[in-house]
Amino acid sequence: MEKVLEVKDLKISFDTFAGKVHAIRGVEFDLYRGETLAIVGESGSGKSVTTRSIMRLLAKNANVDSGTIMFKNEDLNKKDDKAMQKIRGRDIAMIFQDPMTSLNPTMTIGKQVAEPLRKHEKISKKEAMNTALELLRLVGIPDAEKRLNNYPHQFSGGQRQRIVIAIALICRPEILIADEPTTALDVTIQAQIIELMKDIQEKIRTSIIFITHDLGVVANVADRVAVMYGGRIVEIGTSEEIFYNPQHPYTWGLLSSMPTLETQDSLYAIPGSPPDLLDPPTGDAFYPRNEFAMQIDTEETPPFFEISPTHKAATWLLAPQAPKVTPPQEIVNRHQHFQKIMKERELVQKKLREV
Amino acid sequence: MAEMDYSKIPKEKFELIGHQDAAESEKIAAPSLTFFQDSWRRLKKNKAAVISLVILGLITLIAFGAIWLSPKDPTKQNVQFANLPPKIPGISVDGFNGTTLVRGQRVDKYEQVGVPEDVYFILGTDSLGRDLLSRIFMGTRASLIIAFVAAILDLSFGVTYGLISGMKGGRVDSIMQRILEVLSGIPNLVVMILFLTIFKPGILTIILAMAVTGWITMARIVRAQTLKIKDQEYVLAATTLGQSQISIALKHILPNISSVVIVQMMFSIPTAIFFEAFLSFIGLGLTPPNASLGMLLSEGYKLFRFLPHLMWAPAIVLSVIMICFNLLADGMRDAFDPKMKD
Amino acid sequence: MVADKTQEKIILDVENLKQYFNEGQRDEVRAVDGISFQIFEGETFGLVGESGCGKSTTGRSIIRLYHPTAGKIEFDGEDVSKIKRRADMEHFRRDVQMIYQDPYASLNPRMKVRDIIAEGIDIHHLATDVDDRNQQVNDLLELVGLDRSHGTRYPHEFSGGQRQRIGIARALAMQPKFIICDEPISALDVSIQAQVVNLLMELQQKKKLTYLFIAHDLSMVKYISDRIGVMYYGKLVEVGKSEEIYNFGVHPYTESLLSAIPLPDPEHERTRRRIVYKPAVNDGAERELREISEGHFVYCSEEEVPVFQKKLADKKAQTEKVEV
Repeated sequence: MEKVLEVKDLKISFDTFAGKVHAIRGVEFDLYRGETLAIVGESGSGKSVTTRSIMRLLAKNANVDSGTIMFKNEDLNKKDDKAMQKIRGRDIAMIFQDPMTSLNPTMTIGKQVAEPLRKHEKISKKEAMNTALELLRLVGIPDAEKRLNNYPHQFSGGQRQRIVIAIALICRPEILIADEPTTALDVTIQAQIIELMKDIQEKIRTSIIFITHDLGVVANVADRVAVMYGGRIVEIGTSEEIFYNPQHPYTWGLLSSMPTLETQDSLYAIPGSPPDLLDPPTGDAFYPRNEFAMQIDTEETPPFFEISPTHKAATWLLAPQAPKVTPPQEIVNRHQHFQKIMKERELVQKKLREV
Repeated sequence: MAEMDYSKIPKEKFELIGHQDAAESEKIAAPSLTFFQDSWRRLKKNKAAVISLVILGLITLIAFGAIWLSPKDPTKQNVQFANLPPKIPGISVDGFNGTTLVRGQRVDKYEQVGVPEDVYFILGTDSLGRDLLSRIFMGTRASLIIAFVAAILDLSFGVTYGLISGMKGGRVDSIMQRILEVLSGIPNLVVMILFLTIFKPGILTIILAMAVTGWITMARIVRAQTLKIKDQEYVLAATTLGQSQISIALKHILPNISSVVIVQMMFSIPTAIFFEAFLSFIGLGLTPPNASLGMLLSEGYKLFRFLPHLMWAPAIVLSVIMICFNLLADGMRDAFDPKMKD
Repeated sequence: MVADKTQEKIILDVENLKQYFNEGQRDEVRAVDGISFQIFEGETFGLVGESGCGKSTTGRSIIRLYHPTAGKIEFDGEDVSKIKRRADMEHFRRDVQMIYQDPYASLNPRMKVRDIIAEGIDIHHLATDVDDRNQQVNDLLELVGLDRSHGTRYPHEFSGGQRQRIGIARALAMQPKFIICDEPISALDVSIQAQVVNLLMELQQKKKLTYLFIAHDLSMVKYISDRIGVMYYGKLVEVGKSEEIYNFGVHPYTESLLSAIPLPDPEHERTRRRIVYKPAVNDGAERELREISEGHFVYCSEEEVPVFQKKLADKKAQTEKVEV
């Protein structure tokens, strides 16, 4: 598969009065063409900072301490502001959480949707408007011609988020970064927006980085999932691997702390609070809240252990010396399910070979 | 390669130790700071604001200290020593050594009028022979008094009015706002002239005139802020706990709008100073022998062609005070609300 | 109501509650438009719906943050909207407390945690002296899983989950019987949501509390609640046991809401089909909450009752078949 984006050893810190906040502490991931990569994590885990650094939209007190962000064989970290402006909106577009504040209330939506096109491509006003109209239809705004001259306040929250998506997609970007695009929306609207994004992705083959804390949404949209904690990716793999064969205790905690279809007696809760990145713990940042913490977790940062070619997890539990532990019941069920899937798949393949 | 490394780690290290004690992981590392400590820390980073604060402190100290330690009596006239140029001991630069140009020739004015050797008028004297430096101290004092009264009016009248209006809401709020609109429709100058028909010109009259209209902006700002904070969940929580309206206003709303109030107060001070200077300049303010910066300016302006220092000195002092208050207010706004910057 | 329910004590009885804003004006908003429900002592009643459906307004009307336009709210046998005497009001304030949605807006940023928690204690003079007050606060801090040293700190030093626990401690300081939880977990991270929900359930057991749990997250509401009411545009469209609503919700809006919830399970997500809700055209039939099976109410007209009854029976039969 073709890589569109390659992030390597990214480290970002923020200067604050209280000291240096190490928001990103060595993040690495690749993004392939046409896939949706979900980045899951709690607030403060660094998921938003990571994507903002790709767009170079970080606050003034941010320092990129190290790392490369390779896009089209060029390091985005080394580009100047002018070059970045050309990339933003055209090659990489972004959707933000709040559709109320990401539209300009004094501009008609037709103009707003056409604006990036007019900026990045030499194109007549009329052509731009036509493309805008086409896109508004694509994202499902009813009576799009009539509504081109309407202002944002004349649309509902869900429609506004559709318009925001239209603006992001008008230049047919290679990468679409969606930063919690459905968090501010109601469940039924959320479902519509997600369907829309999947539908459009199929049509224009954009790669999507989908940031969210909602594992349900992830299960729906993602091809691959990266779980972040304390400024690092702790586990990354295909959606199936993360949901049915999770290896990192933090992923275990996340998955078991949500009620599922089967009724549970008591919800599994990860104890404690997320780490203070002013003074991040040495070793595995999760160890203070980790039921399965080992001595080594407090001393050494765990490396990535490969579970399959697509699945990696950074936990010492995967080291050969580590003791075998029994994860929470919910996870045990999921692991069993995973084995079942794998067996079925093997059977199918065997049969195929026989044929 | 990494494989090699971690296989060397002894097995003992892989003993399960479980998660940390809840209390341990909930510990807060950063030192506890109150809101004002935090703001002060940010204010300290703003050099202009800190310098302004120091200068204002010095000016206030000198202006009020001069009541006891004035170099000369600011109201004592001595026509004999009138219109003397500045003379600073130990400095022999023209303009500061008691000499002046008379028909192209440098003349020692002090010798001319027979000032004793050990008497110096650091900023010279005015047309009635009063020491300008002492008069500036006196004028600054008057201006600062007016400034502080304006601040107190803002705090007492404006804040109370705004709080009541915002807290009560509904019809009470509408009526109170209409009253404000009527009041703010009357020009300051008209109020002042009306007052002069009843009272003698002086600090008291100026203060009364400001009492009529000076607090309106503050009242409006406080009302707007109150309306905003009133809908916050902690105010709802206080209501459901059974807290009375007055306690909510004092315990929950006032502390949370204090930064806005302080900043607004800091901005209203230079306005008040300037209002007084303006009135005195056009002859509606203080009366001689009292002095204010506006009066000194007005007097100096008449002799500007011949004795420019008479206008320069009070003008510089007035400008410095105004700039310092504005810079300090600006710095405080940024310190209280870091989000408003950038 | 049904016979076996009469044994349980009704602690809150809401009858035909209406809450209009800007009444009689052109911009009149009917936030709550005639809803009725009962909450039994010791249970958790979940109220779900999308933003703007009036669920939070209902909570606020019950706790007398708003004056209801019409209807009756009876708490512990007393009509809340008729409370006039100060002493009665104080009594009511102690019995009914609220936990708020936004952990960042629900604590006064200029007050120390100790004073925030003790606010109710101070108002109602529940402490004999300063030592008693501090002791109560410390006990409350420990009860919600915080350290007593946290009392001297300011809210901004805490994480969202910790703040929410402070808000819970503030409500508990009044030793209430009934707590309205207004979306207490929707602003929290997933790992913290479970902590707060577990804490709430644990406290319910310990303190014999009754909850009205308002939320938009149906899966969490189903987990915490005994019964659920589904709201849509100011009306309750379906009320029933949480298992029943979650598994066999029959009102089209409930079905649409249920079909929209994403679950952390890719296989389930692949097969999930969303049902779009189309509000029924107003055919003039008189609609209200009608019981279609024991304890299961649906907003419908008299003629629709058998239709929903059949739908419910079909759904149940289908699940049984799958299980067999």
